[in-house]
Amino acid sequence: MSAITADALSRAHSDAQTGIYNDKVVRQFSVMAVVWGVVGMLVGVTIAAQMIWPALNLGQFGLEWFSFGRLRPLHTNAVIFAFGGCVLFATSYYVVQRTCQTRLFLGPLAAFTFWGWQLVIVLAAITLPLGLTSGKEYAELIWPIDILITAVWVSYAVVFFGTLATRKIKHIYVANWFFGAFILAVALLHVVNSAAVPTSFWHAYSAYAGVQDAMIQWWYGHNAVGFFLTAGFLGIMYYFIPKQAERPIYSYRLSIVHFWALIFTYMWAGPHHLHYTALPDWTQSIGMVFSLILLAPSWGGMINGIMTLSGAWHKLRDDPILRFLIVSLSFYGMSTFEGPMMAIKTVNALSHYTDWTIGHVHSGALGWVGLISMGALYFLIPRLFGQKKMYSVPAIELHFWIACVGIVLYIAAMWIAGVTQGLMWRALAEDGTLAYTFSESVRATYPFYAIRLVGGAMYFSGMCIMAWNVWMTVRMGLKAGPVPQVRIPAVDPVHA
Amino acid sequence: METLFLLIPLSVVLVLAIIGVFWWALYNGQYDNLEREGERILKND
Repeated sequence: MSAITADALSRAHSDAQTGIYNDKVVRQFSVMAVVWGVVGMLVGVTIAAQMIWPALNLGQFGLEWFSFGRLRPLHTNAVIFAFGGCVLFATSYYVVQRTCQTRLFLGPLAAFTFWGWQLVIVLAAITLPLGLTSGKEYAELIWPIDILITAVWVSYAVVFFGTLATRKIKHIYVANWFFGAFILAVALLHVVNSAAVPTSFWHAYSAYAGVQDAMIQWWYGHNAVGFFLTAGFLGIMYYFIPKQAERPIYSYRLSIVHFWALIFTYMWAGPHHLHYTALPDWTQSIGMVFSLILLAPSWGGMINGIMTLSGAWHKLRDDPILRFLIVSLSFYGMSTFEGPMMAIKTVNALSHYTDWTIGHVHSGALGWVGLISMGALYFLIPRLFGQKKMYSVPAIELHFWIACVGIVLYIAAMWIAGVTQGLMWRALAEDGTLAYTFSESVRATYPFYAIRLVGGAMYFSGMCIMAWNVWMTVRMGLKAGPVPQVRIPAVDPVHA
Repeated sequence: METLFLLIPLSVVLVLAIIGVFWWALYNGQYDNLEREGERILKND
């Protein structure tokens, strides 16, 4: 056999071994992420407006399903689990396939995770305004929906880890470690925190009570932030920043070190939500100390991502997608500094129950989670629909600037409101009684609620610009022809 | 503080699991040749 024929034969053999990536489920989750982003942020703007104009609760029309108390969990669930969740599903399914150079494991099960997750979201959108709630923050959904979530999540774990197990590349890229940790942690947190004894189809009692329930709740709540909103999105960061910047991660070594440090430390930070409550003092101290330690691995991630641009800072000038990705890390750094500071008991004595907490949440949510999601989606969507770039790059620029100004207005307003509340609530008159009534503190913070509404509305309008841009890009892509079927490259066994 | 009967054993099991997974990664050669792995994602697709 001649050398040419042998070569052609081996190429044909490796072609037959490879296949096509499963990007259908990635496309579905990416598009729905944008839809839920718009919905979740719209509810956010609505409840911000209700805090300024209580008439917007529409109580006088007897529309209790529109009241703040019911819409607030709809907002939190929509932005975290619907928007954030769909982003995580889309990106993790995309990244795990490409870094393992293999097709997604059990495609039909992956399809079930898509439809199952959308069903969870729709059920949340129906039950929460109806007032059906477990009363647990970020875990409000009633027990039948919790069971559906468990089914979807177990399926997600099977698809994701199954893909890793059938990988063609021996090394597991660092982003997949973050995704894997996020999936397993969320499974554990959900099952433990949602444990309940049903009394009817619509209601259950938590398996825990009193301060015990509070501890479980905030072990869950803080790890929802640490694993769902941090580890998961760090996985996104570790893939999409190098890809968009066309440079490898600054220090791959650092990525591994800070991964292990981060996932270990986060589990212990939960008690910082319960300072000066009935929780035992020593438990509060553990939460405080580990929250402070957490600053180091968090900043390790931030530095690693930002320094990836070392020697290529000029790319930020011309590439708005890269700007979304990199600026998200600066908000991540801010929030992971602010958080440990707020976890200090003396600081917390001022900040707890104030709007500073809301400011901190939204700095992380809008600044870190929002911007990294938007950057990743702007990277993904053109490629998923066979386009070289988004329909309008100037619209990406506009989105970026509107979003940043919105974020800054939001968090600055909440800082001022929060510190004002903290100071006014603790102020004592000469005779040792409280100097201010609660309603006086409400009046003092009222203007900042208006500024927050402006900031949030700007962020929401940025999301609408993105939705338009995504719609136009998808339309153009679908008109141009069938969606791309991306071949999985053959793996050279020597270099696997 | 009865939840500690749940949380502490759970945390110990979790720490042991983390150590186990780390040990596997180390001895499976996941951390050999790190620079090349960082660059690999830039080569495909």
